[in-house]
Amino acid sequence: MPYIPHTDQERQQMLSAAGANSIEDLFSYIPSELAPSSFDLPPGKSEFEVGLFLKKLSAKNATELIPFVGGGFYDHYIPAAVDAIVSKSEFYTAYTPYQPEISQGTLQAIYEYQTSICRLVDMDVTNASLYDGGTALYEASMMAVRITGRNKIIVSRGVSPIYRVMLASYTKNLHLQLEEIPVNNGVLDRDVMKDALDESTAAVVMQNPNFFGCVEDISDISEMAHGVGALVICSAYPIACALIKTPGEMGADIVTGEGQSLGLPLSFGGPYLGFMATRMKYVRKMPGRIVGATVDTEGRRGYVLTLQTREQHIRRDKATSNICSNESLCALAAQAYMSLLGKEGIRDVASVCNEKANYTMKRLSKIPGVKVKFPAPVFNEFTIDLPRDAGEVIGELIEKGFAAGFPLGRYYKGMEKSMLVAITEKRTKEEIGRLAEALEEVLS
Amino acid sequence: MKTIYEKSVKGRRGVRPPESDVPAEINLPNNLLRKEPAQLPEVSELDVMRHFTKLAGMNFGVDTGFYPLGSCTMKYNPKLGEQVSRYEGFAALHPLLPQLRLGGMLTQGSLQVLYDTGALLSEILGMKEFTMQPMAGAHGELTGIMLIAAYHKDKGNNKSKVIVPDSAHGTNPASASIAGYEVVSVKSDENGAMDLEEFKKTLDDDTAAVMLTSPNTLGLFNTNLPEIVKLAHEKGALMYYDGANLNAILGKVRPGDVGFDVVHVNIHKTFATPHGGGGPGSGPVGVAEKLVPYLPISRVIKRSDGMFALDYDHPKSIGYIAPFYGNFGVILKAYAYMLTLGKEGLVRVSENAVLNANYIMSKLKDYYELPYDRTCMHEFVLSASRQLKNGVRALDIAKALIERGFHPPTVYFPLIVNEAMMIEPTETESKETLDTFIEAMIEIAELVQKEPESLHAAPRNMPVSRLDEVKAVKLQKFSVEKD
Repeated sequence: MPYIPHTDQERQQMLSAAGANSIEDLFSYIPSELAPSSFDLPPGKSEFEVGLFLKKLSAKNATELIPFVGGGFYDHYIPAAVDAIVSKSEFYTAYTPYQPEISQGTLQAIYEYQTSICRLVDMDVTNASLYDGGTALYEASMMAVRITGRNKIIVSRGVSPIYRVMLASYTKNLHLQLEEIPVNNGVLDRDVMKDALDESTAAVVMQNPNFFGCVEDISDISEMAHGVGALVICSAYPIACALIKTPGEMGADIVTGEGQSLGLPLSFGGPYLGFMATRMKYVRKMPGRIVGATVDTEGRRGYVLTLQTREQHIRRDKATSNICSNESLCALAAQAYMSLLGKEGIRDVASVCNEKANYTMKRLSKIPGVKVKFPAPVFNEFTIDLPRDAGEVIGELIEKGFAAGFPLGRYYKGMEKSMLVAITEKRTKEEIGRLAEALEEVLS
Repeated sequence: MKTIYEKSVKGRRGVRPPESDVPAEINLPNNLLRKEPAQLPEVSELDVMRHFTKLAGMNFGVDTGFYPLGSCTMKYNPKLGEQVSRYEGFAALHPLLPQLRLGGMLTQGSLQVLYDTGALLSEILGMKEFTMQPMAGAHGELTGIMLIAAYHKDKGNNKSKVIVPDSAHGTNPASASIAGYEVVSVKSDENGAMDLEEFKKTLDDDTAAVMLTSPNTLGLFNTNLPEIVKLAHEKGALMYYDGANLNAILGKVRPGDVGFDVVHVNIHKTFATPHGGGGPGSGPVGVAEKLVPYLPISRVIKRSDGMFALDYDHPKSIGYIAPFYGNFGVILKAYAYMLTLGKEGLVRVSENAVLNANYIMSKLKDYYELPYDRTCMHEFVLSASRQLKNGVRALDIAKALIERGFHPPTVYFPLIVNEAMMIEPTETESKETLDTFIEAMIEIAELVQKEPESLHAAPRNMPVSRLDEVKAVKLQKFSVEKD
């Protein structure tokens, strides 16, 4: 049997040692009435057969389409060394580093990851990871509720609709009030927000760049929120943070985001990486594991999981979160990515994304009937209006070999003719030109 | 060892990113630009590779050696899973593609993986349907409790508490509490099972759910299960099965047959996907028929023409608990594992896991206190209470095992056993490995008699010795200081 080493003879020796006559003896505590009513599974297959079957299944996915779909999840280039590092089995076959003497590899890597995220988003402290950008935003909202003791959360409609529906699902039974604020011309409507903000507000939840791709300075929003004692939560795109004004500089109190763009494959939605960073004064209210530096009995530097009294395995029903397994290996991949690109490299990636997005936006807006929807500046993603239903146009472009964009009408009423287009450093001028030609053809 | 930041050299470059082939035009106004570049390391690709190779050498994984960490099921992670999850057709697939017009047709391969894995789990656990979305065990627990809340609300039941035995994993009470319930703990009886009389007293019309792990965290099967389920259902409470210890009962008991209404499975335990140094995991949730309407959306369905699709039209659903369809890459590895083992293989998994645990237990019970002395399932709990008389604690024994090339058992859990050492060998370990571990444990027990003080200094042969955890709390140093 694969992965089970015992020979029949060994099994017999071990049974005797355990004082049992047969394997069945070992299960005699299970009442016979509980025997399975069915266990109808296929017979096992060889490794070769399973590999081949899955190869064929993978070929049924249309990964050959030239991708211009983003929506918070991007096709960035992943350096070859990232996979070489996460493939080291001392990392990936280890458990949570509860025994620090044999886990310094994981612990130091996560400590370095925490450092990199802090520097990228301009915050004091980062946790060891959460599941994804959406659950990170929910955890940040609950953290703000704990810090302020208030129950209203104001959410910009520029925050990913995928995350907003998650937030609504998680908070449905929790006596919290969610209030959404509209976006005008691609940026948050300040007037509506001012009216919504009051002494019961725990947090204002923003996203920058927002779901439409627009970049805005939210410093004034932070000022307004802090004026009534509310916190600002900003969901950020880590690659963008290398180029644009950081959430920390704009006054955010908690920064969360999806770390997929830092060296993780798209992989149909996961595993991804939720990151969360905050100000030092809030560290004890933060969910999830944190690695801290300390010394050993001989004064040598080392790392441990710290501030564990916030966590479920100590505090049980009074913990700051129920999280146990996180996305540690994905954080390792992100740290490998950030190290390989480095200070200059990550800014180059961000600049190239922005340059190519600007080029694409100009190129597409030359097509008769196509216009850029919002005047606000963008990072790597932008919204265009088409002369007819965007979903239909995208469908027709799939036949021409492009995943051309995302139809905003799916999440925003009245935006049925709008399409969200994402560019990464991987898209070439030639591909962009072909997309423009195909779009022109479809629209003519 | 130096951090990657301390190895940074101003001006040094690593991987060269793709260059721009369009006009170099940044279209952001100055006030929206970052003033100073993020101070990431400046290192070469080889610097990075040497750094992480050295760090990997300071880590211990299942591929390094025996890892009997109780309740964590640290079995071998087959390499086939690593390979298939990297197939371009799976790894490069964008999760928003199915939301495009006819997009389901673009993702048939991955939708089938999700559907088939859910169907296999339904048969293994005896449930009606699974959602593959929860991204870890605790995430599955939260999802499960949200399902239970939605069910009670829909039926007009007003219930405010969840019962959890005192031997439960910490995630159980934490998940129930975060979902908005009051948590009531029930103590264990002299056999290590949830005290039935105490349970009867605690159970009332206000009970929304009872959360149980079976076998429990002592590795014992609760023979009162059928009665507990019957009593709970009579009061209108739902039964929640924590699948953390599923590795003990594959093909032997199905939680659905026992009467559990909601289950979660820790894919990264029973189904052999790697723990990744803490994650990613995957925690699919299965439900009985009456809870199907509340499952999260989207749901993966198989249409009558054999094609797979996503279904969003479920007005009673609890909504969205994940951005997409779960940790797909992890689920794919588990699918490969189930297909490889098949029906017979999965039954053998539990049989050999239980055999290995009983073998070690029988060899060690003369040397260490065994508080619950009966046939165990996939794990068992020893106490270092005898050794404590000589001043040696479970922690010292753990560190002595590290010195001898083993990962220690889970220590100080479950909380109901003093100086607990929870040992779970799993089925993938050979008799020689188990024998070497048994010898080491006996040798340590003898050392406790002769030179107990020597054990306080362990481990002496690691990159670091015991670390000052109190100092870590005091220092509050969570990142490398800026230059």
